[in-house]
Amino acid sequence: MENKLGVYICTGCGIGEALDIEKLTAMGPQNGAAVVKTHEFLCGEKGSQIIQEDIKDEGINTIVIAGCSPRVNFDVFDYPGSLVERINLREHVIWSHTPNDEDTQMLAEDYMRMGISKVKKMELSEPHIEEDLTKAVLVIGGGITGMTAAIESAKAGYGVVLVEKEDKLGGFMGKLHKKLPMQYPYAKLEDPGVEAIVAKIDNDPDIKVYTSAEVGAIAGQPGQFDVTINTSGGAVNAKVGSVVLATGWKPYDATKLDTYGYGEFANVVTNVQLEEMAKNGKIVRPSDGRPAKNVAFIQCAGQRDPEHLSYCSSVCCLTSLKQAMYVRQQDKNAKAYIFYKDMRTPGSYELFYKAAQDDAGIFLTKGNVTSITEDGAANVVVEVNDTLLGAPIKVAVDLLVLATGMVPTTADEPILNLQYRQGPALPDLELYNGFADSNFICFPYETRRTGVYSAGAVKMPQTIAESIEDATGAALKAIQVVEAAAKGIAVHPRAGDNTYPEFFLQRCTQCKRCTEECPFGTLDEDEKGTPQPNPNRCRRCGICMGACPERIISFKNYSVDILGSAIKAIDVPDEEEEKPRVVAFVCENDAYPAFDMAGINRLQYNPNVRMIPVRCLGSVNTVWIADSLSGGIDGILLIGCKYGDDYQCHFAKGSELANYRLEKVQETLDRLALESDRIQLMQLAINDYDKIPSIIEEFMERLDEIGPNPYKGF
Amino acid sequence: MPAEKTGTILVVGGGISGLTTAVEAAETGYDVYVVEKGPSMGGRVAQLNKYFPKLCPPTCGLEINYQRIRKNQRVKYYTLAEVETITGQPGDYDITVKLHPRRVNENCTACNACVDACPVERPNDFNFGMDTTKAIYLPHQMAFPMRYVIDEKACKGGECAKCVEACKYDAIDLNMEPETISFKVGSVVFATGWDPYDASKLGILGYGKAKNVITNMMMERYAALNGPTQGKIVKPSDGEAPQTVAFVQCAGSRDENHLSYCSYICCMASLKQSTYIREQYPDAKITIFYIDLRAPGRYEKFLNKIEADENVTFIKGKVASIIEDPETGGVIVKAEDIMGGGIVEQKFDMAVLATGMQPTTAEKKLPADLKYDENGLIIEDPNKPGIYATGCAKRPVDVTTSVKDATGSALKAIQTMVRR
Repeated sequence: MENKLGVYICTGCGIGEALDIEKLTAMGPQNGAAVVKTHEFLCGEKGSQIIQEDIKDEGINTIVIAGCSPRVNFDVFDYPGSLVERINLREHVIWSHTPNDEDTQMLAEDYMRMGISKVKKMELSEPHIEEDLTKAVLVIGGGITGMTAAIESAKAGYGVVLVEKEDKLGGFMGKLHKKLPMQYPYAKLEDPGVEAIVAKIDNDPDIKVYTSAEVGAIAGQPGQFDVTINTSGGAVNAKVGSVVLATGWKPYDATKLDTYGYGEFANVVTNVQLEEMAKNGKIVRPSDGRPAKNVAFIQCAGQRDPEHLSYCSSVCCLTSLKQAMYVRQQDKNAKAYIFYKDMRTPGSYELFYKAAQDDAGIFLTKGNVTSITEDGAANVVVEVNDTLLGAPIKVAVDLLVLATGMVPTTADEPILNLQYRQGPALPDLELYNGFADSNFICFPYETRRTGVYSAGAVKMPQTIAESIEDATGAALKAIQVVEAAAKGIAVHPRAGDNTYPEFFLQRCTQCKRCTEECPFGTLDEDEKGTPQPNPNRCRRCGICMGACPERIISFKNYSVDILGSAIKAIDVPDEEEEKPRVVAFVCENDAYPAFDMAGINRLQYNPNVRMIPVRCLGSVNTVWIADSLSGGIDGILLIGCKYGDDYQCHFAKGSELANYRLEKVQETLDRLALESDRIQLMQLAINDYDKIPSIIEEFMERLDEIGPNPYKGF
Repeated sequence: MPAEKTGTILVVGGGISGLTTAVEAAETGYDVYVVEKGPSMGGRVAQLNKYFPKLCPPTCGLEINYQRIRKNQRVKYYTLAEVETITGQPGDYDITVKLHPRRVNENCTACNACVDACPVERPNDFNFGMDTTKAIYLPHQMAFPMRYVIDEKACKGGECAKCVEACKYDAIDLNMEPETISFKVGSVVFATGWDPYDASKLGILGYGKAKNVITNMMMERYAALNGPTQGKIVKPSDGEAPQTVAFVQCAGSRDENHLSYCSYICCMASLKQSTYIREQYPDAKITIFYIDLRAPGRYEKFLNKIEADENVTFIKGKVASIIEDPETGGVIVKAEDIMGGGIVEQKFDMAVLATGMQPTTAEKKLPADLKYDENGLIIEDPNKPGIYATGCAKRPVDVTTSVKDATGSALKAIQTMVRR
């Protein structure tokens, strides 16, 4: 397609009064535009009509709109089939800089040149759709979470392969005597009802169940996963489009708890053992088989303890309340004692707590257990101080129950057994105590393996009711990713993006940076180390593009060359003019909107900075830094999201990788006796807009101390 | 293979739950209408300064969700809109929606000229009345859509019309009338969320009587850069920095006379807010009065972090009363101290009531055949397809649990429309 460029400059919102529009207009033809037009209200009906007409009558297919931020009027300036570049003259120029000032005008002119040079190099992208796609969902784990994910996926019309390690479905829920109430009034225990759920699965022709089976391997990509299932009858292969990880939890090993008499006294058991007794019909003293009348529960037996499980297991308070009800139901004269640190029955389960409190036979108190001994009759004697009664308590009970916590199945095993270059498991789970959780509060299904979604107790300690909801959400994500694969588009956070990275492999030196650094494990390698793309695993962040020293990775509308041309389009004044120039690579997700906010608040900052929005700071290729320096640019800023354990980067590792690469560049500059302070990375959250003027000013002051780029003018 | 998918979903409420249901369904291939009663999307989370436990800004995730809407034409949204009627059956509902007049049309460029011209001030409800805006205003800086709105109660109308004069874009129509629109959908998701529990019902805790008693949501606005004090936490009485602050947990929650449930988030919210104060005032001393510290799951780590701060003291006990200290203008908090024994009476510069969440449906029922519990929460009937409730409309939860639920609700809504 031949690019035919139209440049449209809006003079509304004060742009026309603050800038020399004639000069800006003249830049159109100078930069190859077939059409240049100005309008005082470009986003209005008549303004956008002008562009529509030029598309129709003049064959304009490459459009530069100089006006407001692309974050507004996105629906107005939407021209399918054309390339569109928005130049932010309003928020980033006139609202943040002195009107009718030479520097402000130079800024606007640079942005015009930069935008035009970028869009001229862009091409329209066609989605990349792989062949032989399948839409079935693999669910690993046949407990309540996995069964729910399977049923909910099937109800939406998708086939399911369900793999369960044990010889029957049900998981821990199948081992329960009763479950917590699922709904208001949250007062009465319910039958778990696992049989009915299993029957539903057995009768659903769209759900294929493998029991006594484990996932041996998962290879491929969303829409095209090849799964090897190890069954008792040998390996079976299945093709699926996505994966729900629902392998749940294991009880914490109570033998590691040395202070509660477990393993020492016969009548000390865990909450899991108590559940088993209740399910078998009778809660008894293991020492003599007599029914247990008085039972004590110790909460946080290992949880909230840095020696054991540093986290809270969320459900144990509720479980002990439930089990206290078992004790009372077995014998109306029985007594249950619950000793806790904090009674954690958040949300509506407070009503369940209330129901237990209403039973005088259930005695609840905060307290610290000081001693556990055994008397001559094998009773367990529990001593507790710091109680709500003020005085220490000593009780002799038939049975002591330790409310032990949950350990995620992913803590020790990869389970997924991904055949990925970056390894078989979900990465970074140590950030979440081994749980397969997301780092994002707003996006709890984000994992670093596209098409793999975790749910239930493998993700975080949670109740059955929460696990069911979580499983339903994971099923939606699993369905969504196969639908995206069918259209050749990205999933979150660049949902709908139909670009994908193309590799010019003839020039690849097999350095493996791209295959190592992709946060999503998109790239595999052949035996020589050449990257093997898997487009459906790709999130289109461009981190591979930033990593590649040979610059062979590019998107149709985003490449080293496209952004490099924007850098080269900056007019760098001579040293004598004393107008330093700074290029700022700005994360388009958070830092860019922060600059918009600065504009909306009319915060003023130094006009010598030229912003280049990037998909992610991780997509910044160090060649841009070299290009900038050799072009006489005095300083370079990389402004992106916070990194570290609580990272805010939407591509997980982007800003951290950018920082790592930058440190390498800085070392090189120091070796060459060039001032590495010329290049700095700043972490800026979306709501940090008030800091923008000062961080830029501080940087400019530092540049002033360093002096101009010695390459200027060469 | 799945059947060919068609169908449209109505999502009522444009907070984090509604937005999530909408974008997740749209990105799976379904059309969605979002009906939001306020002038912009984002709901309660837009008013929060930071999320626990990451202490990250909620606008970060909202911005991504808005980007997803910008890029996806399947999501249509109406603000200042309320669902009036829902008739029909699963897969085939007729919906009518009332659009309240914004008095600012789609010509608005958000240039702000109208605000400069407007002579009338109104209390800013986004900041719980702690500051004012003009009668024509942008709901807040991160508002989506980025469009101004006129408060019809404050605006003097045609007799003034200074904004009309100031607007170059014909964007203001003081005579805009309410409108009713109708469309068809296959399923409905209520993501109607929550309101802060009305603290004026907590007179015993000094709210409305002692000037330096505020709610936790007011604290969020104080701490937020786009709040009434540009992010500075101050005593309302004199605008000075507080040196001692009491947090009062379960202010209305876990209380038969107010909200019988636990509001789930208030312990974590107060722990989070103690970091706001400690960051601004390194010498400030904080006392948290609580019944149980509820930091479930891995939130425990955040609790540990605050517990390690020697300027934060925890007292287990319910606060019995708060009165203004006539000498200092501060507050006198009287509470049980269960572990220490007896009653404590302590003076603070300021008290923050950790008020809970009340479902919006406690006050106003929805135009659908739904059951509610004693607190006004929607009780979902698992055997009744077509109409669903999600997030805090169903029970009090934190953001991440709401988002999970909202994602699942998108699937339930989709299932209704799939003919197998």
